Amino acid sequence: MEFYQRDRTLQPAGYAPIYKTSVARSPRQSLLSLQGSLSETTGPVFGQNELGPLDHDLIRNYAMDGDPIGERIIVHGRVLDENNRPVPHTLVEFWQANAGGRYRHKKDTYLAPIDPNFGGCGRALTDENGYYFFRTIKPGPYPWRNYVNSWRPAHIHFSVFGSGFAQRLITQMYFEGDPLIKECPIVHVIPDEHAINRLIAPIDLNGSVPLDTLAYKFDIVLRGRRSTLFENRLEGN
Amino acid sequence: MAQPLDYLKETASQTAGPYVHIGLIPKQAGFDIFENNFTNIMASENTRGEKIIIEGRVIDGTGTPLRDALLEIWQANSDGRYNHELDRQKTGDIDKEFRGWGRTGTDFDTSVYRFETIKPGAVSGRNNRDMAPHVNFWIVARGINIGLNTRMYFADEIDANANDPVLNLIEQEERRKTLIASRDDTGLVPIYRFDIVLQGESETVFFDI
Repeated sequence: MEFYQRDRTLQPAGYAPIYKTSVARSPRQSLLSLQGSLSETTGPVFGQNELGPLDHDLIRNYAMDGDPIGERIIVHGRVLDENNRPVPHTLVEFWQANAGGRYRHKKDTYLAPIDPNFGGCGRALTDENGYYFFRTIKPGPYPWRNYVNSWRPAHIHFSVFGSGFAQRLITQMYFEGDPLIKECPIVHVIPDEHAINRLIAPIDLNGSVPLDTLAYKFDIVLRGRRSTLFENRLEGN
Repeated sequence: MAQPLDYLKETASQTAGPYVHIGLIPKQAGFDIFENNFTNIMASENTRGEKIIIEGRVIDGTGTPLRDALLEIWQANSDGRYNHELDRQKTGDIDKEFRGWGRTGTDFDTSVYRFETIKPGAVSGRNNRDMAPHVNFWIVARGINIGLNTRMYFADEIDANANDPVLNLIEQEERRKTLIASRDDTGLVPIYRFDIVLQGESETVFFDI
């Protein structure tokens, strides 16, 4: 079953001059539209046995001699498709800066310190209802070189697979109420206000652990598969 | 007013950023955190098929290779079968020793990416027309707002490539060459070289899949 055509009016263009790095890294020719074949409708499958027991706990998965500094949060939600069906057993990966806005990465030279107890990455498989969750600390904003005074809003990067290679998606989750969201060129490469709002996770008091950890809820929608009504099978059957 | 259509909308893509390695290949970011890492070594010694290396660079519009790109590939096994439940082709078996997927970054120093895999077989395409052996690529990086999809074909598959329904969709014959990797047989394992040009004169053909 092939996927619905990607709605490019809700997706950033490759060439987006407000995000300067995109200028030299974006194709100038049109993308060639390709109807789905097995190469696009299939994709890699991952199992729980490939993940470690702490892979979804960023408070503990790199802790050396204590907990990382920062606001303790749970991020949870569902991976759905455009047909509003859960995407079960799919791999979700996430990475982020620490509470001071510093990444544990050999190329990050921001003056905020590394947190010795924080790695900043994790992963989870969705359950049969498409549900995922992980625990972490809230990342801090940080400066970057776009304009001389550009700051990224606090964000968590997400990578999601789905069940076919054409669903592969990388995005970023932002936090409700962050005043830097409206200033951010990377956010504003997205041409649609509603599509931007869908990247902003609301605080979720019901999901919080009282006296312990706040929660944010973040649902992710992948492309939907088309039903093959009135149609012979298109692929090698 | 008609009834509302209640489809959801796909979440918007955002760049993978310069620190994509932390999340997807943390060893390249400079630390070790997971017991099990996803890598560019896709074939074990028991995987069926011809062992090959795929390597190349990702080059921007100024001719400069990216040192911070992340690539994933997805391919069929040597029988032309994808390791996925939707592949119901009658020919060929699943190879338990081959998932068909790998991930790597371009090297911070050399800017080269590399996969160790096997050469895939031909896959049945739409309308049961065979597609020449190919490897599906997905490229993300800082400055790439939405992942780029392309395919790599094999230079030694001249007849299959000439009949491939996807290559033949490319109107300008000259541009078809951007998807064909050259083969180097001078080492122990054949190397297919596949440079991906993001922009400019020899811009790679990218697909809206």
